[in-house]
Amino acid sequence: MKALSQQRRHPLAVLVLMVLALLLSGGLYAVATTTNEAKAQTESYTAQDIEEGEKLFVANCSTCHGLDGAGTPSGPSLVGVGAAAVDFQVGTGRMPMQANGPQAQKKAVQFNDEQVRQFAAYVATFGPGPGVPEEQYLDVTQGNAANGAKVFLANCAMCHNAAGAGGALTRGKYAPSVMDVEEKHIYEAMQTGPQNMPVFNDANITPEEKRDVITYLKTLEDNPNPGGFGLGALGPVSEGLFVWTIGLAVIIGFTVWLTSRSA
Amino acid sequence: MGSHSDGTPHQSGTVATTGTTAMERFPDPGLPPHSPRLTDVDSSAAKRAERQVVLLFVLSIVGSVLFFVGYFGIRVDGPIYDVTNTEPTRALQLQNLLLGLGVALGMFGIGLGIVHWARTLMPDHELVENRHAVRTEEQRAEAQSILTTIYDESGIKRRPLLRNTLIGAAVLAPLPFVGLLRDLGPTNLDVLKETLWDEGIRLVRDPSGTPIKASDVTLGSTFHVVPENLNTIGHNEGYLDEKAKAVVLLMRLAPETVNVSPEKADWNVDGIFAYSKVCTHVGCPVALYEQQTHHLLCPCHQSTFDLANECEVIFGPAARPLPQLPITVDDEGYLVARSDFQEPVGPTYSQRGTHVEEMQGEAN
Repeated sequence: MKALSQQRRHPLAVLVLMVLALLLSGGLYAVATTTNEAKAQTESYTAQDIEEGEKLFVANCSTCHGLDGAGTPSGPSLVGVGAAAVDFQVGTGRMPMQANGPQAQKKAVQFNDEQVRQFAAYVATFGPGPGVPEEQYLDVTQGNAANGAKVFLANCAMCHNAAGAGGALTRGKYAPSVMDVEEKHIYEAMQTGPQNMPVFNDANITPEEKRDVITYLKTLEDNPNPGGFGLGALGPVSEGLFVWTIGLAVIIGFTVWLTSRSA
Repeated sequence: MGSHSDGTPHQSGTVATTGTTAMERFPDPGLPPHSPRLTDVDSSAAKRAERQVVLLFVLSIVGSVLFFVGYFGIRVDGPIYDVTNTEPTRALQLQNLLLGLGVALGMFGIGLGIVHWARTLMPDHELVENRHAVRTEEQRAEAQSILTTIYDESGIKRRPLLRNTLIGAAVLAPLPFVGLLRDLGPTNLDVLKETLWDEGIRLVRDPSGTPIKASDVTLGSTFHVVPENLNTIGHNEGYLDEKAKAVVLLMRLAPETVNVSPEKADWNVDGIFAYSKVCTHVGCPVALYEQQTHHLLCPCHQSTFDLANECEVIFGPAARPLPQLPITVDDEGYLVARSDFQEPVGPTYSQRGTHVEEMQGEAN
């Protein structure tokens, strides 16, 4: 212990302490949030779910969406959005919204699966809308990745990038990355068209085709990288930024070194 | 030329000293005093610098060896990008890493080593290299006489046929390139005027090729559409060329949010609009649709089109709105085109103006 206290003024001591503090808080957080991993259940809402959902809705959503869910100047109407939209928005942490901005950001999920289900049960009573997808359409072992690639490239790749890495839209909005997104959230996003994303209803992209798209995206995630810096797979934007900052800095550094007087 | 390793300032001699008075010229500041480097005075420092240079050269050798290890030593057996067997892609990844790292170290080590060598160990005395004397009149005359001799000896004046055939050859030789450049573009510009769309052609989904009922297009949704007759064209019969001209984006907007000009009043079906997907700037596919703002964004140069105002350009380099495809429903409820586009799709080309007039004449 004495040896350790002698090291307390070492220049790296602060760094070590910070790493330890981060590990500790991260570990505590992981323990505290395991309640979120409650078992997913099939879509059958009881009267109690709806009742609990109403309480949660009034406490967490009604400020912007109104007590009856019909919308206010600060938030859109939720009539007819269906359980799928709620499961997506709340299940990915986009709602409740953290701050005003061009679009709601993905963040840590604020409620556990049971509460998300209760929200969905209550909001679904506002009006008929798409429900949470059936398990069979999320099973990637039954999907066709090749057809999924065709559908993805025709309908999704222009915003979400051929590699699924996402991309910029107008005025600060962006299409997020679709890598490492849960199967049901991909399905629900297509089904409900969250925020500025267009709706791809079942008449446009059938449930089987949606499953193919999910299969394709899951295949992309497993696709091994043949080498080289990916730089986020964003194409000329990140590559150009890299060359203009790092590349030019290296060239300037060499020029300074070449022309400086050696000691 | 002079050596300054003695450290004394020196009159460099670059300033002309004749024909001017002392008032008119600046004194030559000469060179700053020379200070020796550490490696000049300390032999152990010199030894250290030598070792560093050797190390850099060895690094270069190691890099080049790494390249050959990657090039000859690693086999990529089997198809890459196969998710069921990632072994070939992993091998390719390692090979790419070794090739890149090898060449980078090989060049980097040798370059860095030579610069370090020159900076620390090679002599560093300053040198002044005086400008050469200005050319004299004799040299000018000599050059002129050489040219005259060439002119006389070539006999261009005496043998006019020789001269004329040379001129002919020089004029004709570049002409093939004019033809080659011309072949880069379409020779028949009329193909840019027409697409596969025509009266009664059904709008079908891309890629599945299934027709679309007007009731399928719900508010906020977007369909990527091709003409039904596209699927009768084989890939060797210009499928991609036809598809590139005919691609259409179909969207439904709340009718009260859209401004429609009277002459295009019957071009949409209850707020379902069809627009060409080819950007009027340089022809990228405009398909980034924001359903809440009704904006269509082109990913190439950020041209933004406002769907609520007949796709007028609200941002970016595009000069014209996207052409609208007039649509209606057939008796089975499927969406069909009323006619072809009534202006040329895609970016500007040389005959666009006359094509616009012709197409408007046909429409009326």
